[in-house]
Amino acid sequence: MDIAFVIEKFVLVAIIFGISLVIAMYSTYAERKVAAFLQDRLGPDRAGPAGMFQPLADGLKMFMKEEIIPTNASKWLFMIGPGLAMLTACIGTAVIPWGSAITVGDRVIPLQVTDINVGILYIFGVVSLGVYGVMIGGWASNNKYSLLSAIRAASQNISYEIAMGLSIIALLLVTGSMSLKEIVEGQHGWHWNVLYQPVGFILFMVCAFAETNRAPFDLPECETELIGGYHTEYSSMKLGFYLFAEYINMFVSAAVMATLYFGGYNYPGMDWVLANTGPVIGPLIGVGVFFIKIFAFIFFFMWVRWTIPRFRYDQLMHLGWKVLIPLAIANIVVTSVVIAVIEGF
Amino acid sequence: MTTSIFYFVATLSIIFSLMVIFAKNPVHSVLYLIVTFFTFTVHYILLNAQFLAVVNFIVYMGAIMVLFLFVLMLLNLNKDNEPLKSTLVKVVGVIAGCCLLVTLAGALKAVAISDPVVLRNPNLGLVKNLGKELFGPFMLPFELCSILLLSAMVGAILLTKKEKV
Repeated sequence: MDIAFVIEKFVLVAIIFGISLVIAMYSTYAERKVAAFLQDRLGPDRAGPAGMFQPLADGLKMFMKEEIIPTNASKWLFMIGPGLAMLTACIGTAVIPWGSAITVGDRVIPLQVTDINVGILYIFGVVSLGVYGVMIGGWASNNKYSLLSAIRAASQNISYEIAMGLSIIALLLVTGSMSLKEIVEGQHGWHWNVLYQPVGFILFMVCAFAETNRAPFDLPECETELIGGYHTEYSSMKLGFYLFAEYINMFVSAAVMATLYFGGYNYPGMDWVLANTGPVIGPLIGVGVFFIKIFAFIFFFMWVRWTIPRFRYDQLMHLGWKVLIPLAIANIVVTSVVIAVIEGF
Repeated sequence: MTTSIFYFVATLSIIFSLMVIFAKNPVHSVLYLIVTFFTFTVHYILLNAQFLAVVNFIVYMGAIMVLFLFVLMLLNLNKDNEPLKSTLVKVVGVIAGCCLLVTLAGALKAVAISDPVVLRNPNLGLVKNLGKELFGPFMLPFELCSILLLSAMVGAILLTKKEKV
């Protein structure tokens, strides 16, 4: 392992970490602006030009607030909860291919931290781990509303993970690989997987909404029933971590959806662009395209939040178990049959 | 390098599995068990069994332990309402534990250090090879296992719907 390799990966990790934090930060601003737009208001406009410094002001406020740990809370777990939520939100980006490899001189730099051959399953594992932050925090608060919310979050995540896993299986049948790099490269140009797996994409997206606890599935933080949800007892930056983790999760799931179904950094006409712009600018344009797709998904997340009302809990479970799972299984069966017929058994 | 990592992780596994037993609070116990499973995941990676590692991660850490935690949080077991065990049960438990220890020590003494298992194919743990093995030579047992699991699932659902049958 040469030292240049270590430096290269370290720089890549630092950049990706920084980008996820900045995007999460400005997602809070974007969310308020989108909400304002959809409700015919102005939104934040005091801090800086068009309210651009609002996230900084919010962050500063979070840091400055008094920190309260309830007397009867389980102290260590109370502190581990938000940290775990943040950690699981951040490590998901490690396997996402951000662009095709850049060639500088004779050195090929892949724009992906690591290409493990079970990349999809890694993402899936991180997602399933994400619920621990909520559960531990909710239980450690020693508050019945927090506990109820933690239990809601756990059962919601477990239920929707099944449908999500099943929709991924249909995708794997099409791509024939679990490595995210190979999946993206298989979608060269406009051969995006969403064209072959439209039902799988819709299933995956609905499950992604549920896994990130976003509206219309934000029952763990249902204010009218549970005060604030699992973070009722939290204050200061610990609360900030929970809120922030949600936005990072949203960014990661947008990136995963763009990678799996919308071609990642592929776009129609990319061969011509790559041939004419050289080995550094070309891949970077691909990265730009990838981020445009991610932003489109993030906007979609917000659009849905301010359009569709929250589900009732029994409706959520009904949708997960009786609609999405059978649909996902049917999708697998149909996909396998079609592939078997095309390949002539 | 790998050997030293193995010993480090193995020590962690043992420490955390002891913590599972010694933790007073059942929720803490489950959390230690999750950490123990995580060290097992690291062991699988060291053995180059990536698929098994990630499945252990998803199924045991991500799903089964969430359900454990779920139930324990709902039960809310505290020291106050835990039934105290009688002295007789405690004495019997100690004797039984010592018997088990003697048996284990005797069994360990009887065996020589076994030959290390040499994998014929070190890449067996990769998804592609594992799949070919499972759906090739081990097709029948694999399918039988899946039918067993399916019947267990159907049985569990049937038990919850007892009144309607």
